[in-house]
Amino acid sequence: MSDEAQTIPGLGAPADTEWETVVGLEVHAELATATKLFSASPNRFGGEPNTHIDPVSLGLPGSLPVLNEKAVELAIRVGLALNCRIQPSVFARKNYFYPDMPKDFQISQYDQPINVDGWLELPSGKRVGIERAHLEEDTGKTVHIGGGGRIHEAGYSLVDYNRAGVPLIEIVGHPELRSAEEARQYVSELRSILVAVGASDGKMEEGSLRVDCNVSVRPVGSDRLGTRCEIKNVNSLRSLGRAIEYEARRQIDQLTSGQTIEQQTRHWNEDDGRTHALRSKEEDYDYRYFPEPDLLPLDPSTEWVEQICHALPSLPRDRRLGLAEAASSVDIDHIALAVERSMDELALAAISEGGAAERVMTHIVQNLADGAGELTAESLAGLVGMEEAGDLTATQAKKVLAVLVEGGGSPQDAAQTLGFEAMDTGELESLVDSLIAQHAEEWSRFCEGDAKLTGFFVGQVMKATQGRADGKAVTQLLNSRRG
Amino acid sequence: MRFGMGQQRITRAECAHVAALARLELTDEELDRFTSQLDELLDHVAEVEALDLEALPPTMHALPIANLLRPDTPGEVLDRDEVLAQAPFAEDGQFRVPPVLGEAP
Repeated sequence: MSDEAQTIPGLGAPADTEWETVVGLEVHAELATATKLFSASPNRFGGEPNTHIDPVSLGLPGSLPVLNEKAVELAIRVGLALNCRIQPSVFARKNYFYPDMPKDFQISQYDQPINVDGWLELPSGKRVGIERAHLEEDTGKTVHIGGGGRIHEAGYSLVDYNRAGVPLIEIVGHPELRSAEEARQYVSELRSILVAVGASDGKMEEGSLRVDCNVSVRPVGSDRLGTRCEIKNVNSLRSLGRAIEYEARRQIDQLTSGQTIEQQTRHWNEDDGRTHALRSKEEDYDYRYFPEPDLLPLDPSTEWVEQICHALPSLPRDRRLGLAEAASSVDIDHIALAVERSMDELALAAISEGGAAERVMTHIVQNLADGAGELTAESLAGLVGMEEAGDLTATQAKKVLAVLVEGGGSPQDAAQTLGFEAMDTGELESLVDSLIAQHAEEWSRFCEGDAKLTGFFVGQVMKATQGRADGKAVTQLLNSRRG
Repeated sequence: MRFGMGQQRITRAECAHVAALARLELTDEELDRFTSQLDELLDHVAEVEALDLEALPPTMHALPIANLLRPDTPGEVLDRDEVLAQAPFAEDGQFRVPPVLGEAP
């Protein structure tokens, strides 16, 4: 965002002013390489503290960084997937003193990043501009150990450098998001893209995807940007939405009560649901960037970029379009969910095996949230076929599905093992007749039009058949008996 | 905008700010000395700036090569105990440092 952004005069804002939230996001994603950005220590989450360390990640004197080819390839994949221009780039030192970086600087990219000027398309079709997506190294982790008593003087910190030097891509979006919900969609779509191209595992809970939000507000219709606050420590999509909503509300309250917004970095606190001031612009760091003398410029050849481009897998947007075409009657949100869960390939295959699209998608969305396990497209199509033919009820199909997910096999075998054999129509008729005879009073109330009794009779049938009967068939039978 | 030779290019206050960023504590005498030395350095930069270099591409690096890359293959790691034995303080397999309160920059 522009530093020349104007402060909106709060005193001038009429009470009935309608406000618009403006959000720009900076997303850091850890790249899925085997080793660190500039050295051969493993890049792996977890592990005993300080076991993934080497002279470069500890900044030992005389050690020299050498760039990881795979990290560059993954960064280019991200750039291509975000419609960026891939350009010659240089690394720069970002200087600061903090024990999470033993060198006292972080190697990043500054005025010449690898990827610039792209865009990301939200599921709604709206395009959000991407300013840049550059490479940099992650920092170590510090943990404060309280000493009791006066907290500001007591205690100490422990540092683990396993994460120091892990490759990151920082994706800086333009402030073109207009609500907490749009920001969530942006991060969700970006995460899907990162996962689809194999650049990152996208796990917010493990910190491999981290989001900093720049939030400002302005009266609807204004084309100037308000003074922004940057929010850190947002660790899930849910807290992203909450933090933005809280922060926008806070700023609006501030402005409508005649105050101005101070440009600040603020910390989201999940427990009290508020943002708290960390530091103001005046205290902001002066990083004194300069070109990293120990690394050579990076200038990927056109052939390499083209090769990466051709090998790029299909992106979530195209996958949604593909699935929506095959399952045109299915709700678009369900299509998006299937793609987000990487279940679209399974769905498409099951549909092309002859499975009815709606039933296939119902299982994908409702019953396969934890993954498809051993389930094959063929058996999913077969299961749906049995439902269509009335051989299985919805409840039974769900149970069969669980068996297929757990251990694979054919739906016919699984249904047989579970004892779900379709009831013979004659068997069902005689059962219903005997129940009508046993419950004469309920039957006469049913015949008088008490709809609640439908449930009673269906329940009796299910009890007698241990759930084998098809609820719909029972209802039809009851209605035909009533005449 | 270019300054004429002999005109001061850096103030004492700017020099003090740069020293503070580098965590250097300077005496008054040192501050005077470094301000004038930095000023001389900037004079030299101004001389280069005054040259007509329009036709020359910028030199990002002393070496005329780019793209020195390493395969993504794991290598040896350092022995933790050996490393921590050389740290001033260690605890629980980690480096123990003075308290760090607040966020990383």
